[in-house]
Amino acid sequence: MMDIIEIIGYILASVGVLFLFLGGLGILRMPDVYNRMQAGTKATTLGAVGTIMGVGLIHPEWFFKTLIISLFILLSNPISSHALARGSYRSGIKLWQKKKIDAYKNALKKEKEKNEAA
Amino acid sequence: MIYIFLGVIVLGAILASVRFLLGPTSSDRVVALDTLTTMTTAFMVLLGLLFNRYIYIDVALIYGVLGFIGVLTIARYLEGGL
Amino acid sequence: MEIIVVIATIILIIAAILTIHYKDLVAAVVASSVVSLIASIYFYILQAPDVALTEAAIGVGLTTIIFMITLRKTRRMEE
Repeated sequence: MMDIIEIIGYILASVGVLFLFLGGLGILRMPDVYNRMQAGTKATTLGAVGTIMGVGLIHPEWFFKTLIISLFILLSNPISSHALARGSYRSGIKLWQKKKIDAYKNALKKEKEKNEAA
Repeated sequence: MIYIFLGVIVLGAILASVRFLLGPTSSDRVVALDTLTTMTTAFMVLLGLLFNRYIYIDVALIYGVLGFIGVLTIARYLEGGL
Repeated sequence: MEIIVVIATIILIIAAILTIHYKDLVAAVVASSVVSLIASIYFYILQAPDVALTEAAIGVGLTTIIFMITLRKTRRMEE
């Protein structure tokens, strides 16, 4: 019984470490700030949560604290990513050349028209 | 086994550091810093497993709680509304 | 483990040089934050978790906030 939980923990940690590496690779290879942000935040969140929960399964008496760390990462990483995307768009960094659609620009224009009408 | 995990995380951290070195704008560097912070949290938990000390996990807990505040402050500054 | 220490030293020295080299002060603040991050990993590997905890709390959180508040009152680019 103990062995099965430990093996599951090692598998979970392997998947998490692989996703951490893929996050590092994506942040190097992607063409744009926003694409890099997507690779460097989502993949890294999954990787860190997988690794930390895997360590919690390898040592079952550490499980409560690793659960708390995972919850904090799961809460705080999207907040910083969202604020960073918004800040870098409003500071005037252009999108990639081959973009298809820029939805945030239309939303900003609509908001400005509503402010002028009011 | 744990050494292989640590090696793969360090490899990813090297790639993120190269982006930190190259990055054309400041936003790229801030993204690289955010990625490095999250990688450091996982790295410290794995080192705590390697040293087999329960108290070492606390440092990773501090990184999980406080790591995003610096990035949030820089993002607010870039937006112009700090 | 020695290889990890060597790689961390190389990244630390490069980040410390870049801190004084950048003209854009936001990038310099980010580089100093990276220096603090790797110093914290050093203290952790040397088995001093209390020092690493203090370095994490001050270097990542407090220093960045104070530098950014200062930078709002002055200007961003250095001549």
